[in-house]
This record gives sequence, C-alpha cells and structure tokens, in this order.
Amino acid sequence: MPGLEDLYREIILDHYRNPRNRGELDIPPAHRTEGFNPLCGDEIVVYVSVDDDDRVAEIKIGGQGCSISQSSASMMSAAVKGKTLDEARALTRAFKALMSIHETKLGGDGSGTDAPTPDPEVKLGDLEALQGVVKFPVRIKCATLSWNTLTQALDEVATAS
Amino acid sequence: MAAALSTDSPPTVGLDVAAARADFPIFDARHDRRLVFLDTAASSQKPRAVLDAMTEYYETTHANVHRGVYDLAERATAMYEGARGTIGRFIGATSDREVLFTKNVTEAFNLIAHSWGRSNLRAGDAVLLTEMEHHANLVPWLMLAEERGIELRYLGVTDEGELDLSDLDAKLDGAKLLSFTAMSNVLGTLNPVRQLADAAHAAGAVVAVDGAQYVPHTTTDVAALGADLFAFTGHKMLGPTGIGVLWGREELLEAMPPFLGGGDMIRDVRLDGFTPNELPWKFEAGTPPIAEAVGLAAAVGELERYGMDAIRAHEQRVTGYAISSLQERFGDDFTVHGPRSIERRGGVLSFAFKAIHPHDISQVLNESGVCVRAGHHCAKPLMRRLGVGATARASFYVYNDTDDVDALADALDDAASMFAL
Ligand SMILES: Cc1ncc(COP(=O)(O)O)c(C=O)c1O
Repeated sequence: MPGLEDLYREIILDHYRNPRNRGELDIPPAHRTEGFNPLCGDEIVVYVSVDDDDRVAEIKIGGQGCSISQSSASMMSAAVKGKTLDEARALTRAFKALMSIHETKLGGDGSGTDAPTPDPEVKLGDLEALQGVVKFPVRIKCATLSWNTLTQALDEVATAS
Repeated sequence: MAAALSTDSPPTVGLDVAAARADFPIFDARHDRRLVFLDTAASSQKPRAVLDAMTEYYETTHANVHRGVYDLAERATAMYEGARGTIGRFIGATSDREVLFTKNVTEAFNLIAHSWGRSNLRAGDAVLLTEMEHHANLVPWLMLAEERGIELRYLGVTDEGELDLSDLDAKLDGAKLLSFTAMSNVLGTLNPVRQLADAAHAAGAVVAVDGAQYVPHTTTDVAALGADLFAFTGHKMLGPTGIGVLWGREELLEAMPPFLGGGDMIRDVRLDGFTPNELPWKFEAGTPPIAEAVGLAAAVGELERYGMDAIRAHEQRVTGYAISSLQERFGDDFTVHGPRSIERRGGVLSFAFKAIHPHDISQVLNESGVCVRAGHHCAKPLMRRLGVGATARASFYVYNDTDDVDALADALDDAASMFAL
C-alpha cells in the first residue's frame, strides 16, 4: 500500500498552506472560468488575462478544495504565469500525461480522457511532486481539476478573440 | 401473510457489540489492522447470516419465480414471497400487496415520480420537498419539473440542522405531494414524520417518505408514521445491494399506472395492448432480485434478533459519546453539523475539523484503518445551505462501539499534525 508521504509531499503541503496567486481579477479584461469536481464538490475558479503577445499575463485562483486540488492549482498558476499560450498548453499536456494513466481508466466527466502525448522538452519541475497522486486513483481528479479548468479558460479566451 | 417469522428468540436487553462484531466476517482478523468501519450510512457491512442465506438459496433452491410448476420453482417463489412478508411485517405493513421490491430506494423514488407523479401532476401543480434531501428524492422531481412544468417548493433547514417548519402550512397550501427524508443522511436529523404527514394530509397532499436512514436504525411502523408511500434500501440495513422496498397504501398503488414494463408485471399481453398484473407484481417487471430478497429477509431476522430498540439505544450511546468526547478533546476545532441532542438525531455524524478538507481527513484516517466518508453525500443543495463543499461523515451501527470513536479521535490527531496550518 502506498504511504501517505507519497501523496502529501512537503512541497505540496507548502503550496496548500501558502497558496500562490490566490485571488480574483476584474472581468473584463480578465476571463473567469469555473471548474467542478462532481465527486467531492471541490470547485476552482481560474481568472486569466492574456496579453497581446499571447502570454498569460495574470492568473488568479479562487474556489475551495482539498490539499491536492488547491496545491495543484497553486503550482499550476505559478508554472503558467508569464508563459505563452502554447507553452501553457504544452505544460498542461505534460502534467496530464503524468496523471492520465489512471484518470483515463476512471472515466468520469470525460474531461481527462484524451490521453495527451507529452512534449519531452517540457520541464514539470515542482509539479513532479504531484506524481505520487497517481497511486491514489480517486485523488487524480483533484490534481487535474485546475488544469482542466485552465484548458477550458484558454479555449474560451481563444474563441472570444 | 406469508412465511412465519421466528418469534422464539429471547428479547434483547442492550446490545452486545463484541458478539455482534463476531457475526460479520469482514471484521475477521485476516485484515492487517483493525477495521474501524464508520461508513454504514453509505452501506452497512453484511452478517454471516445474510451471506449464508443467499448462498444456501443459490445452492439448494434457485429457479426463476412465479409460473414454475416444478418443486424447485415453487420453493423459490415461496422464499421470495415469504421474504416480502417478513420485510413487510418488519415495517408494519398489513398486506403483502403493499410491499414492492425495487432495485434500491433511488429506483423507488423514480417509480413514485414516474408513476404517481405523471398521473397526478400537471403544469403548475406543486410538490413540497426539503433542502436536506438526498439526490434520490430530488432529481426525479427535477426531471419531472423539466418535463411537466410542475412547481417544486422546499422546506428550509435551520442553523441547528432541523427542518424549518415555520412556513410549513403556507408551503403545503395547494401542494399535491410532500416528499421528505425521515432522517438526514448528512446531519443525522430525525424529522418529525408524523407531524409533517398530518399537516400534509390536512392540506390534502400525499406523503412520501425516504426511510433509507431510518428503517435500519429504529422501529418502523408505516401506519403510525402516517406515510402514504415509504421507501428504503436493503444494503444500509445489513442486507445485500440490488434490492430496495417501496411500501404504499393499497388504494394509492392500485390507482398508479405501472412503472417499468415487461414480464411478470402483466396479466395479459395482446399485440394491441396489455393488462397489468395485480399488486404487488404490477410494479415488478422482469426477473426480480430473488436471492437479494432472501438476503434482506435474513437481515431483518438479524435486526430483530438484536432488537430495534436496542440498536437505537446503542447508537444513541455511541453517538453521544462521540459528540462529547471529540468536543472535549478538540474543543472548537471539532464542529458537528446538525443537532447535538441524541434524542433528535441518529448515528450519522458529519463534522468539520480544523479547516482540514474532508478528503484529506478521510485520506489520513485511512492510514489507521478508519473508514469515514468525505464529500457531498449526494446532498449538494444541503452542502450549499451549510456553506461547505463537503463534510467528513462518521456513522455508527451494531458493530461499532466507543473504541471506534477513540480510534477516530486518535486518527484525527494525526491529520491535525499533518495539516497544521
Ligand atoms: C437518505 C437517503 N436516501 C437515498 C439514498 C440512496 O440509496 P440507494 O443508493 O440505495 O438508492 C441514500 C443513500 O445513499 C440515503 O442516505
């Protein structure tokens, strides 16, 4: 049986205790997207503003959830801030590849079943700390919630412009 | 009435938990650590008597029920119908015709909404529900509201976690149905079923009751409760999954059209139409859950052996101990959602602990073999009313004692040190 220390790595707990980029942005100009985990009632709100160079200029996270969903959202916000949309999408694919092994099997809302192929160039850095989540299949949806919400937000921004 | 119930077991005084625990194979020593199972509200564990009854049925008796001429089929039918009698008597039913087997309580409410609802409700008609309902008693009505344009009204929930009855009469005014839970699966609240039923009847409304959390834990008498329709589910009361029960007053069921169509629920089928079967089979299309009915009857036998009054008293004791000991140990870090008085609640305890998310609590507790549920418990509107996304929930039954509460408390300490903010 996998140990708790695989799940609750120190860096995860740090992001949970001191979440980065927590807050709201004015909409407009920013865009606001909500994501829900129907399993546990967690909800994430992602505020993004994309500048003229197609960069994630600002990102803020709202909502409530468990340590895994909250820390994943915090890490995500830190990782994509200042990145171009393409870079943010590549990062999302890499993260979901890290998680997708079991998420696909679990099915659910279908939002994580597109088995993304990761770009070997993409460095996940701190995000790799979330790898242990894969050993706790019911928690994978917690970890991917903010990423699915970000994907939706970026898609909405793209279609709006 | 069918099959006679053995009445020769001695009356139970108090519940012997150690003896009860020994009845359940899952608590055998083959686990690597003691199983502290505090999730009966989601589904109870199964005693050996239930498993044995089902195995014996399959090993000695199985054949499809009804219309079989050979001995085996006749015996299977007798067991299935005998189970109906046993289970009906357990809830105070006076006729087997009023006891319908369903898949679970969720299907029972879909049956009510589909069959009673569609033949009695028109656009603009009102149905009164409550804010503390399980989705099983919400979604079928929301579906009907979408289809028919019926009006849904809701009794609110007070800050103490009880139903707000201050505007009961106003909300019942013009309502055709009041459908509510006898006990909240989140707050543990025991609702005043008789009072609500009387008020509804005075307003001319039909009364449907969700007994999923009630029947397993206390003596049930459908007539005394004043219900017109009363549903519960087998797997929360020591029985198998795959079987639920809908009891209904005969005239009401008689007037309701069938729900699912198929074999067994008909008296005659022609190419241009059909004649439905009589009660209760009118509502039992297809091969029913035969072994499950046998298992549920055995579960009822076990519950009667423990004694429903003894079960209720035992759960009150354990719940009272849980509330007082956890609050003493953790002070304001431990908050109970719902009534504190053990007179007004059952053994379902939702709590918040130190702002630690219920998922994380449940995960850390799992390390100590403590099983509690975390989530919205299929009561999302109630979660919104409580202002939370989720709760952690411990629930107690015949196999739990104060030592399980102590194990829960110790494990909560572990969660506190892990997540100390
Ligand atoms: C009050 C209540 N109603 C309905 C249900 C649904 O039960 P089932 O899933 O067996 O239909 C439950 C339990 O999940 C419950 O606690």
